[in-house]
Amino acid sequence: MADEVVLLDYWASPFGMRARIALREKGVKFEYREENLRDKSPLLLQMNPVHKKIPVLIHNGKPVCESMNVVQYIDEVWSNKNTILPSDPYQRAQARFWIDFIDTKVYEPADKIWFTTGEVQETAKKDFIEALKILEAELGDKPYFGGDNFGFVDIAMTGYYSWFQTFEKCANFSIEPECPTLMASAKRCFFLISLVSGQPLSQISPEEVQRPSSKDVKSLWPGFEAGWRTPQPRFHYHQATKPGSAKRCLQRKTVVDSVPGPDELFALAFKLRKEYGV
Amino acid sequence: MAEKEGKIKLLGCWASPFSRRVEMALKLKGIPYEYLEEALPNKSPLLLELNPIHKKVPVLVHNDKILPESHLILEYIDQTWSNNPILPQDPYEKAMARFWAKFIDEQILTVGFRSLVKAEKGREVAIEEAREKFAFLEKEVTGKDFFGGKTIGFVDMVAGSIIPFCLARLWEGMIIDVIPEDEFPELNRWIKNLKDIDCVRECIPHREKQIEHMMKVSERYKLA
Repeated sequence: MADEVVLLDYWASPFGMRARIALREKGVKFEYREENLRDKSPLLLQMNPVHKKIPVLIHNGKPVCESMNVVQYIDEVWSNKNTILPSDPYQRAQARFWIDFIDTKVYEPADKIWFTTGEVQETAKKDFIEALKILEAELGDKPYFGGDNFGFVDIAMTGYYSWFQTFEKCANFSIEPECPTLMASAKRCFFLISLVSGQPLSQISPEEVQRPSSKDVKSLWPGFEAGWRTPQPRFHYHQATKPGSAKRCLQRKTVVDSVPGPDELFALAFKLRKEYGV
Repeated sequence: MAEKEGKIKLLGCWASPFSRRVEMALKLKGIPYEYLEEALPNKSPLLLELNPIHKKVPVLVHNDKILPESHLILEYIDQTWSNNPILPQDPYEKAMARFWAKFIDEQILTVGFRSLVKAEKGREVAIEEAREKFAFLEKEVTGKDFFGGKTIGFVDMVAGSIIPFCLARLWEGMIIDVIPEDEFPELNRWIKNLKDIDCVRECIPHREKQIEHMMKVSERYKLA
């Protein structure tokens, strides 16, 4: 029996983007249904009665809700291709830890940055950058958060990367001087063309892709050594061993196909701010 | 499997439901562990070193691996020790278990404790709002011995560490009944079933001590 896969989603949602990317990573054919969040469909209310939120993945009639639940489900069901989560229990726990961190410490200030002003916005900016710096230290000079493979945490961050330009414009600040390596990774997503269209980048040899050397990373971010880590980092991913591999986590075709352009997102944010008198 | 070998240490707090549920899982699986009590609200240098980002219990240490966050710890334990499984094998059932666990730790804890204690719109309104959320759990456990089916699982440990002990004792101290038996027969039946399980019973804090503790915590929360 052919799988019936429907995704209830909203184009601008960073959470929806995660589900889209995961489905495309696995090559799953799915029907995308756009929800009007001001007039939610009966199907959405039926499939997610508790939260009434997108994304909802409906697989052969059964709903899976919450974006990271959806991504994990996709990884477990379509397990034959492009593994998203590591198989080692400790590494999986580490990946989930960073998701929780992103969905609280990044999400909460991010949500305030584009929709508030004044002191609330200033505090949100500060908290947001602090959280990004912790993530940047975790990323280090690895190709992906998950080491050599584009994985769970990378998928989670993609949605926020798409909103970076909007945050910067709404709150009049620049992320790059604060987090250059994270920003370099985000820029690659949207402005570089993938070298081999449609092919997972893990199949490209490291030499084909430029990467900053760890020496460059340290010169880009003087605080790199000091950072937030204790002298013996205890909760971190394994260091990448492949030399020359790049921060290409968001350069993939699956991402480019799943994520709207920054200008479209800013236009939406601008419209909503005006509507609500922010 | 080599990964199962080695000492387990658990940094926890007697009154923390997040810490207690980890103990339930360790006891269910028969895993010996060394327990270190954290004298909250003061945070020890050890806690700050092991969990620098969140500074919270529980923290599990297994050989050189450090795991904070109770949900992560429970899944790690389940994947490392496969006896008496906590999570279902089926991906859909697993997704549902994760969904309900998150709902309980976010929504149920909010309406059962935070909103109730602050009661910004009055206590009756807060109780009504809490009951609307509990109704989802009532439906979910209907016709089952446990949320996990015939045996306890992930959701039972998450809900079981919070509702029957932590929240129920707070409500006792506040002299309210948020989930009366006539309105929530299934949840009350589940609570009775739960108390028959050894690994749960061994993790129940002392009743009077916990009521006193919950009243102190709620006072602190009201003033915060």
